[in-house]
Amino acid sequence: MKHRLSPAQYIVLAAIAVTSALGDTFLSRGMSQVGKVDAQHLSLLFTAMLNLNVITGVLLLIVFFGSYMAALSWVDLTFLMPATAFGNVIIALLSRYWLHEHLSLSRWSGILLITCAVGLVANGPSRTEHSPDSDPFAGPRDLTEVDPGIGI
Amino acid sequence: MIHTATQLLAWTSIAVVAILAIAGEVLIARAMHTVGDLDAIMARSGLRGASAAVISSPVFLLGILCMALNFFAMLYTLSRVDLSLAMPGVASFTYVGNAIAARIFLKENVDRRRWIAVSCVCVGVFLLTK
Repeated sequence: MKHRLSPAQYIVLAAIAVTSALGDTFLSRGMSQVGKVDAQHLSLLFTAMLNLNVITGVLLLIVFFGSYMAALSWVDLTFLMPATAFGNVIIALLSRYWLHEHLSLSRWSGILLITCAVGLVANGPSRTEHSPDSDPFAGPRDLTEVDPGIGI
Repeated sequence: MIHTATQLLAWTSIAVVAILAIAGEVLIARAMHTVGDLDAIMARSGLRGASAAVISSPVFLLGILCMALNFFAMLYTLSRVDLSLAMPGVASFTYVGNAIAARIFLKENVDRRRWIAVSCVCVGVFLLTK
């Protein structure tokens, strides 16, 4: 059976890519405003928790982790990996069109390759079918169901 | 000699970060497969029931421990290794390692299509950091 995802599940996958990219960006921006944290200035970590960018970043990463766990409950890890990598593409595109940074040819090539990887995996089955006997997640089988006894 | 030792330390710390990330992701994936469809659990017993189902899994907690150690190992690595080397190095090792670990420990069907995708992601991440 070829597992196909519902539109709602594709939205969760998109949320994973977007929230991981935006969460990291907000955290990085917030920490650059807070300054360098070292052993002598550990109290800066508490100051960081009051920074609006850090708070937004943490909230986005909480949404990312929740979506990631939900997705792992219905797709394979190897199906999900390119979706998380697509966050790098979103960061690159944001830097080009939002921050008006220059994207080199190698970066455009990277974007193209990761997009191809996502398309390639998305066209295949999202989850491996395990037979009951080989299911690595199945618990110990109830012997009364499978062993009718010797000589019957 | 010093240069060789520095290189060895850099690659060892990159490998440790990647191994912890792989262990964490595989353990969390295994826990979530065991728990079952979270959407269905939430529909049945709400957010509290779904959270309880996830948090009561020892495999999930072990995975979270690995991810926490991965975070601190990454901080150490970034204090010793340039970001331009650490980021693509860790990402590439993690993507390839995850594919191998998913095949061995999660019995996932990592077919040719997924291997090509993993290779594209590794090269793509490397090119993005250039």
